[in-house]
Amino acid sequence: MSFPWANHYKPSHPLMVWLDEKLPLPRFVYNAIGAGYPCPRNLNYFWNFGVLAGFCLMLQIVTGVILAMHYAANSGLAFDSVEHIMRDVNWGWMLRYAHANGASAFFVVVYIHIFRGFFYSSYKAPREMIWLLGVVIFLLMMATAFMGYVLPWGQMSFWGAKVITGLFSAIPFVGEPLQQWLLGGFSPDNAALNRFFSLHFLLPFVIAAVIILHIWALHIPGSSNPTGVEVKSESDTVPFHPYYTAKDGFGLGVFLVLYCAVLFFFPNALGHPDNYIPANPMSTPAHIVPEWYFWPFYAILRAFTSDFLFIPAKLMGVLAMFSAILVWFFLPWLDTSPVRSGHYRPLFRKFFWLLFIDVVVLGFCGGSPAETKYVLISQIAATYYFLHFLVILPIVSSIEKPQPLPFSITEAVLGTDEAAA
Amino acid sequence: MADLLKAEGAIIDPTDETGEGVRRRDFINIAAVSFAGVGGIAVLVPLISQMSASADVLAESSTEIDISAIASGQAIKTVFRKQPVFVRNLTPKEIAEADAVNPSTLRDPQTLEERTKKGKTNWLITMGVCTHLGCVPLGAGQGEVKGEFGGYFCPCHGSVYDTAARIRKGPAPKNLEVPPYEFTSDTVVKIG
Repeated sequence: MSFPWANHYKPSHPLMVWLDEKLPLPRFVYNAIGAGYPCPRNLNYFWNFGVLAGFCLMLQIVTGVILAMHYAANSGLAFDSVEHIMRDVNWGWMLRYAHANGASAFFVVVYIHIFRGFFYSSYKAPREMIWLLGVVIFLLMMATAFMGYVLPWGQMSFWGAKVITGLFSAIPFVGEPLQQWLLGGFSPDNAALNRFFSLHFLLPFVIAAVIILHIWALHIPGSSNPTGVEVKSESDTVPFHPYYTAKDGFGLGVFLVLYCAVLFFFPNALGHPDNYIPANPMSTPAHIVPEWYFWPFYAILRAFTSDFLFIPAKLMGVLAMFSAILVWFFLPWLDTSPVRSGHYRPLFRKFFWLLFIDVVVLGFCGGSPAETKYVLISQIAATYYFLHFLVILPIVSSIEKPQPLPFSITEAVLGTDEAAA
Repeated sequence: MADLLKAEGAIIDPTDETGEGVRRRDFINIAAVSFAGVGGIAVLVPLISQMSASADVLAESSTEIDISAIASGQAIKTVFRKQPVFVRNLTPKEIAEADAVNPSTLRDPQTLEERTKKGKTNWLITMGVCTHLGCVPLGAGQGEVKGEFGGYFCPCHGSVYDTAARIRKGPAPKNLEVPPYEFTSDTVVKIG
């Protein structure tokens, strides 16, 4: 669906006319991300991050496929083959750093994209399906990133694999057989490394497929915007091309400057030195942590140190960690306020920033050693995290008095809208 | 089946287009799709089963250790099923500490006697795999932290085990697992 005033695709060259009759792919692109897709005229730079996330996926697929040409998915060879890439393969150091830091960049971009969704309530009707698909993409990303981190077969790779597959052993009755099934053995070894490589190669293409659904679902109601007021007339929109291709292009340039600064000057800043030690099943590093993008969830996992009712602490931690993401699936129905944008919701806005600080605190604790004070802070922060979604959000939605909304996007931008008169 | 249905008057003329009752074609449809469905599910068995531990992984499941060199108060790490095993020669003080605890107060109630072989209570043989998420606890190596209960301490998430390797504090749900083993002589232990 599109707005009735959307530009229509008119091929002029005979070859394009011929192609349009046989396979209307250019028409599809024109309507999806070209001049045929009208977008709200007031999108700010937070609306760049969808395109940036798509760029990151492409970056990861291109560098990843190249790395796979030089990598050996065998527990005896993997570590050395990564060093071979770093030292001997032409430009191998750059491609591997681009891939490793590309994962971090992907998560930075996606976290901003998600918090954009939180602030502007992008998950609300009629865009629930876009949000739900987005959460699915995020879960797939987490699985892919985890398995990718195992591939260099360093100490953090090995113990990360052990701890994360250990999560499944917390499930009552089937846990231990399930963990052995996932690993193909009693602890991570060649069988696990091989299947992780296979799945790490596969999942990005699954993500690409879900992204197509995500964008498809987006194009039915069209993009949301910073006011949260729906598009009413043609004056509220501009065509995606050239307006947002240009804006996204500029954003991409800024993103690339920052990404390249990390890639070329601080390529190991986000990594962990222990992963340059070959995997040793006999010795756990003193301080094992996942990659930074998992820290908030890792802190929630560690926050449960004693049994809760009849549920063992271990299972409780695992349930809480998965629930921290699964609760997002219910977000469209937990936030019942009819107003979307945080700009017009004074009370909601305060709690949004509290949630943001809470997640940062959780992240800090997740990256710290398992000491009593950090565990205590994690417990408080994890409790607040769930309170925010399950208690605060529904209450705020019902008691808050939102500020008056503009009549239209045009009025919000220009101060007046002829249609309002 | 068809005869049975016919006897009950359920099967009607196959050329009947009124849509009432069960036609012979409906029966064939359901039977064929069910059969294909069962076949499709059966294909999942090898697809899922291939991920379980392979024969060579299962075969490496017995280890012999010479314990004659382990002095009282010392411990060694060895390998069983590619996972660490702690073999620890407890001191009389450590045994006394373990016996001083009332097992019913523990998360996973067990006595030291239940976790060792008769007459060999000083030989504590456990997996070196934390029952929380599978890290290797510290305490078996020279100079490693033993935790506040003098046994083992897992650095990953802070589980603390006592001198009988029983869980005392932290997120782990169970005591360190005692693998199946036997003393083949006074100085040799066969694990597995």
